[in-house]
Amino acid sequence: MPMPHFIDRRLNPKQKSLGNRQRFMRRARAQIKEVVNKSIRERNVSDITNGETISIPTKGIGEPRFHHAPSGGRRNRVFTGNEEFNAGDRIPKPPQGGQGEGGKKATDRGEGEDEFQFVLSREEFLDMFFEDLELPDLVKTSLKEVCSYKPHRAGFASSGSPTNINVLRTMRNSFGRRIALKRPTSGDEDGLTQRILDLEARSDLTPDERLWMAELHKQLEELKCRRRAIPYVDPFDLRYNRFENHPEPNTNAVMFCLMDVSGSMGEREKDLAKRFFMILHMFLKRRYERIEVVFVRHTHEAQEVDEETFFYSRETGGTVVSSALKEMLEIVHDRYPPGEWNIYTAQASDGDNFSGDAEKCIELLDTALMPLCQYYAYVEILDEREMELFQDPEKGTALWQAYRAVGASWPNFETKRIAGPGDIYPVFRELFAKQVADG
Amino acid sequence: MAEAAAKRAPEMESGGVAEPESRHLFEGSNWTFDTMGRTYDAIQEIALNDLGLDVYPNQIEIISSEQMLDAYSSIGMPLMYQHWSYGKRFVREAQMYQKGYAGLAYEIVINSNPCISYNMEDSTMAMQALVMAHAAFGHNHFFKNNYLFQQWTDAEGILDYLEFAKRYVAKCEERHSTAAVEEILDAAHTLMDHGVFRYRRRPKLNLREQAERERERRQYQERTFNDLWRTLPRNGADMQMEQADVEIDERKTRLKLPEENLLYFLEKNSPVLEPWQRELLHIVRNIGQYFYPQKQTKVMNEGCATFVHLYILNQLYDKGLLPEGAMLEALHSHSSVVFQPDFNDKRYSGINPYALGLAMMEDIKRICVEPTPEDEEWFPEIAGCGDWRGTLKDAWANYRDESFIQQYLSPNVIRKMKLFVLADDSTDTHFTVTDIHDERGFRNVRRALARSYDLGAIEPDIQIVDVDLRGDRKLRLQHTMRDGVPLSERSRDEVLKHIRRLWGYEVGLVGVEADTDKTSYEISTEDAVDEDD
Repeated sequence: MPMPHFIDRRLNPKQKSLGNRQRFMRRARAQIKEVVNKSIRERNVSDITNGETISIPTKGIGEPRFHHAPSGGRRNRVFTGNEEFNAGDRIPKPPQGGQGEGGKKATDRGEGEDEFQFVLSREEFLDMFFEDLELPDLVKTSLKEVCSYKPHRAGFASSGSPTNINVLRTMRNSFGRRIALKRPTSGDEDGLTQRILDLEARSDLTPDERLWMAELHKQLEELKCRRRAIPYVDPFDLRYNRFENHPEPNTNAVMFCLMDVSGSMGEREKDLAKRFFMILHMFLKRRYERIEVVFVRHTHEAQEVDEETFFYSRETGGTVVSSALKEMLEIVHDRYPPGEWNIYTAQASDGDNFSGDAEKCIELLDTALMPLCQYYAYVEILDEREMELFQDPEKGTALWQAYRAVGASWPNFETKRIAGPGDIYPVFRELFAKQVADG
Repeated sequence: MAEAAAKRAPEMESGGVAEPESRHLFEGSNWTFDTMGRTYDAIQEIALNDLGLDVYPNQIEIISSEQMLDAYSSIGMPLMYQHWSYGKRFVREAQMYQKGYAGLAYEIVINSNPCISYNMEDSTMAMQALVMAHAAFGHNHFFKNNYLFQQWTDAEGILDYLEFAKRYVAKCEERHSTAAVEEILDAAHTLMDHGVFRYRRRPKLNLREQAERERERRQYQERTFNDLWRTLPRNGADMQMEQADVEIDERKTRLKLPEENLLYFLEKNSPVLEPWQRELLHIVRNIGQYFYPQKQTKVMNEGCATFVHLYILNQLYDKGLLPEGAMLEALHSHSSVVFQPDFNDKRYSGINPYALGLAMMEDIKRICVEPTPEDEEWFPEIAGCGDWRGTLKDAWANYRDESFIQQYLSPNVIRKMKLFVLADDSTDTHFTVTDIHDERGFRNVRRALARSYDLGAIEPDIQIVDVDLRGDRKLRLQHTMRDGVPLSERSRDEVLKHIRRLWGYEVGLVGVEADTDKTSYEISTEDAVDEDD
């Protein structure tokens, strides 16, 4: 019997199942998609970049086989651990034959409507999230990037690639070592050789001098040997420049989410608005180390609220958009000095506004807000029917007209009408175009 | 065997201290290739020279936990073609593992020559020793010697075949698109259980033998020819009927019907499949066939491996080669593996094959060495024979679960496990306890338990009975129902759709009661289509 072969496979490629996983994801795509959409509704705006544990119904990913039904017919089962039964005992069946033992068996075989749970990676989740937003690929990849790093000098290392050799340090080490080990210099060798040559040049050598010459030869031999044994530059002397990856220095950003929450904004509108806010947030997250999100909702008066209230509570009242702008301005002055913070604003509304308020908005934006903001994106959420009606960008509500006017004078002001998730991206086109050019 | 663990512990406390430290194969819980090698040699010494096992050369591979997940989501094989169902298994296993619902298997062992077993890198040295004894010797011996494995699997060639299969599937995906391949594989997988030959086929005659047989038949006909038969009067209708019957008979013979290997039939006879699609069916069928013996020998295989590792560890410990801590650790994990909860326990999920297998193996040993009068009566051939090694090896070589239980399940084990039989008739409002662990019940319990391991009874009996290739090409399947047990309907209909995809024409399934020949249901893929519309 030969010795066994122990084989260390730990360094073999992992993730052999990746291909299988991708096939599985493709298979279950429709169901996963549905769950992801639902999860977006439940997530926080800032919580988009994690993976997600999802459970999907087994329908469509089942693997059917011919097998016996869990109940029906006559069968004998053998169990362990009898304590009290005697032959002939009768035990009432639990109500509804499918329950209990039978039900359990059914789920074991992949039948029944049990849920299949697993974790989506961040990448997979984002893929699903992006799917119907119609983002260009370039933007998708730039959003998915976690963080950018730049190598920074960080001292010296004794190992590294030849291109990073630090000559000065290396030579200093080599010099010190040569001195410490008393390596003869080339000058020493030359001097000795010269003396031997001098002696050899003379023909009249005394016996003492002959002895002296033999001694010199021996010395030279020793010296050469020593020079060979102690290298000029030892691998031990080598020093390399060391680099460490540091995340790009980012500054702070604050993102304002403004939304009209009057009765006309329904579930669908809010859902669209949420996606709109999410994208802006992802963009900011990639760019800035620290982001704060401020939610300002308004009816006829504006109020800073937490996210939960922002998306899920309903308010009644009129609609005065300028109230939100004023509120935002106040918050900026109180907490976010523009010198330290990059200010981004996303506003969503259905276009309703108190008549006469539009001029106030223009004034506030032109004079106070726009000089502070890096970017201001406004979406007007319409339904499909209205979308057809308002084909022409020139036409629209007073608010729309007013914002168009602002947009004309400020390049970092974007307006867009949207009716579905696919319409959201163009609002940010400018933002990403810049980003892509920068990168 | 919780008792075994408990029994051993006190002995160790007294005996372990006296042993000189230096004889231990290893100390502490970390393993190195050095300690692994030493331990392997010690285990091998006992396995070969004491137990007399006969094994394939071993190849032990150390893998990480992630690789372990990879391996057993693709049905435990080191190489496998890609399919979404393995991805599904992977995400499920990974989820279970990460959440801590389930530990990973400690080992996977592959029936190949050399016998490959995977050990996990995170295991302690004690676990590595247990796993080596269990897989590299226990399972290995079973694979090499059991008749089912010898008959049905090709340990030499399996890895090469899987390599081929993997490449072939990848090539097909490249050429015909992943979706097209997936469609065929999906359908083939649904029939995997019905893609095996249960009996050895008659060897195919070569051309000369065929001609020879043909000649003999003709000679026989000529010899027995009697012109008198022709003169018997017949009516026309009879003649026609007979003609039709003969035709049906003839085409059934030609197609070798009835055929229970559905995949085989489809592979050979489907009118719509391309050659590469047939090859895919062939691959799935081969893999199904390869696993067929394993499905039939769960109890024996695990019982054999568990018995072997327990015996070897005890021997090692008695020789003073195992440190006390390691022995305790190994016994702890051993006893959790063979834990058998009672039927009313929340953890009960059927009979644990490790528990049943080990209990039976130990009992066989007991019967050989120290039989009771009861054993003398039940097992006159082996009781008190003393040669428990030979008896066990004979059992491991020549039985499968069903026959093994039928032959060797002793009253002692039935009593110990307190087995009882529950009859479940769907027309009755009550279950009936028909037999328990008493004198009257032993044989019935044994029969019922054996039957519950009989694949022929567990898996539905579905055969292709007829197809008229020149007519409507409808593929007729028959489900022979035993004891009125029906098929699970939803998956049945799904499977039929898959068969239809492979066959290309209508597929019908008829359920027939085995004892009465009464037709209990009849469905066809074409009905299902109508319903959808």
